[in-house]
Amino acid sequence: MPAIEILGLEKTYMVGFWRKRPKCALSPLHLTVEDGEIFGFLGPNGAGKTTTLKLLMGLVFPTSGTARILGHEWTDPSVKAQIGFLPEQPYFYDYLTAHELLEYYGQLSGVPAKQRKQRVEQVLQQVGLRDVKGVQLRKFSKGMLQRVGIGQAILHNPKLVFFDEPMSGLDPMGRREVRDLMEQLKHEGKTVFFSTHILSDAEALCDRVAIIHRGELRGVGAIEDLTSSVQGKVEVIWQGSQVPASIKALGAEIRVTPDRVRAIIDESQQDAVIDALRRERQRLVAITPVRTSLEAYFVEKLRHAETSVGSKA
Amino acid sequence: MNTRVAYIASNTFREAVRDRVLYNLIAFALLLSGAAILVGQISIEIEKLVVINLGLTAVSLFGVVIAIFIGIGLVSKEIEKRTLYTVLSRPVRRWEFIVGKFFGLAGTLVVNAFFMAIGVFAALFYVSHKFVRADALILVALYFIILEFVIICSLALLFSSFSSPLLSAVFAFSLFVIGSFAEDLRNFAGMAHGFTRWLATGAAYLVPNFSAFNVITSVAHEQPVAGQLILNNTLYAVFYAIMALSGAVLIFENRDLK
Repeated sequence: MPAIEILGLEKTYMVGFWRKRPKCALSPLHLTVEDGEIFGFLGPNGAGKTTTLKLLMGLVFPTSGTARILGHEWTDPSVKAQIGFLPEQPYFYDYLTAHELLEYYGQLSGVPAKQRKQRVEQVLQQVGLRDVKGVQLRKFSKGMLQRVGIGQAILHNPKLVFFDEPMSGLDPMGRREVRDLMEQLKHEGKTVFFSTHILSDAEALCDRVAIIHRGELRGVGAIEDLTSSVQGKVEVIWQGSQVPASIKALGAEIRVTPDRVRAIIDESQQDAVIDALRRERQRLVAITPVRTSLEAYFVEKLRHAETSVGSKA
Repeated sequence: MNTRVAYIASNTFREAVRDRVLYNLIAFALLLSGAAILVGQISIEIEKLVVINLGLTAVSLFGVVIAIFIGIGLVSKEIEKRTLYTVLSRPVRRWEFIVGKFFGLAGTLVVNAFFMAIGVFAALFYVSHKFVRADALILVALYFIILEFVIICSLALLFSSFSSPLLSAVFAFSLFVIGSFAEDLRNFAGMAHGFTRWLATGAAYLVPNFSAFNVITSVAHEQPVAGQLILNNTLYAVFYAIMALSGAVLIFENRDLK
């Protein structure tokens, strides 16, 4: 059973003074997220990522379409006990302490009183806020609030967690911790659906990703599939800063750094390059196939979308 | 009460307390003790009348101001600050949120009124050095004031469910003022003709009839309050609050939280 099935969810806002001008925030979206995977929902700012998440959370109502979460209608209130949600740039009741806030959310999520206290302590420890659990949230930094947000999303041990830009506002250490946490959630058998525009995060974490732009789905698939379009080229790296003339003659794309040389060549030229390096007594460091990065795939999809919009106009 | 409603109510009460809303009690205490000392020195025989009038009017006004100023932001502020997102993404129904907020604010006002009532009785004791049986009537006036708060809370929530805090404040204050003169509006409707009569009658029945809740003067003169009035006012306040809250729920249930 898929964790999420989005069946043509669409959202159009009526804008303007008289609210007569339609503005499409999300074109009919069809998407399936499998149970137990980390799914990245990628797109530039204003692409429709947050709208999709708000629709799934029941915060805005769709113009048409439906969805199923964990096998139930997404509007079924019982579903919400099994999902966690971290909104983008979260803001919480700042008159509460982190402990009080989690306690309150635990109450609302129906965590039994006996387990609640223990669970709150456990989550505070997990997100690294145990030492400041008695401090009011108004004194928290942006990064600390993000940690509180992650804590409240996983507090009630949900089967499915939605994170909207979870790395936003976090320092490198914090980002690393969130990555580890997501991997841990996956290891526990939970499904993680997260939106981001930071592609390196998605590349490092996700089993599959979807790319959305201007409210339309532009591509979906496993990271390996999207990035495996090898262009028949390999990257050769060797130590030093000398480039043998025979390699230059091959017309390779060469980048020289103070201690290394990187050359991108056709696969068919690989043996000739290795021979040349041996002859010149250069030390080979690595030979790796060139893969299309997720970033390249992403940019290509966005460019393609821009071109099709331009040609329609 | 539904447990989630109770949790939301309790958090709303905690917010009011932490935002130092109950600090108004200090201003109230200063006003009342100053007035009690002053009337004790300058008036003869009517000290009690002045203290009851002033005390109960202050309880009402302080409460109304708090009800409006907190009530108007109860929903809109949560939408604006997006604190609502992490509440409604849990198994919380939208109506539970509205009803919880209502009880939280009403609870805050009842606690506030309770402490103010202690102040009124203390000032009364200061000027008359004893309590008499008729002083129990003050409790009826206080009960009516609380019923007033219940109506205002529900109206403030209704406006907050679709409007900005500023407009909500304007609507709520206007209704409070018009409602305080509801009897005059009804009398005017009785005298008017044609369309004006129809309009005035409609307005008179639509606005909350706060004048029926004002028994401060008669209580200060130790005149008894009819049991029928207590019953009618209770039913009226409950009915009005349910109507206003239903409106708030209806609007909020269909609102996109952008």
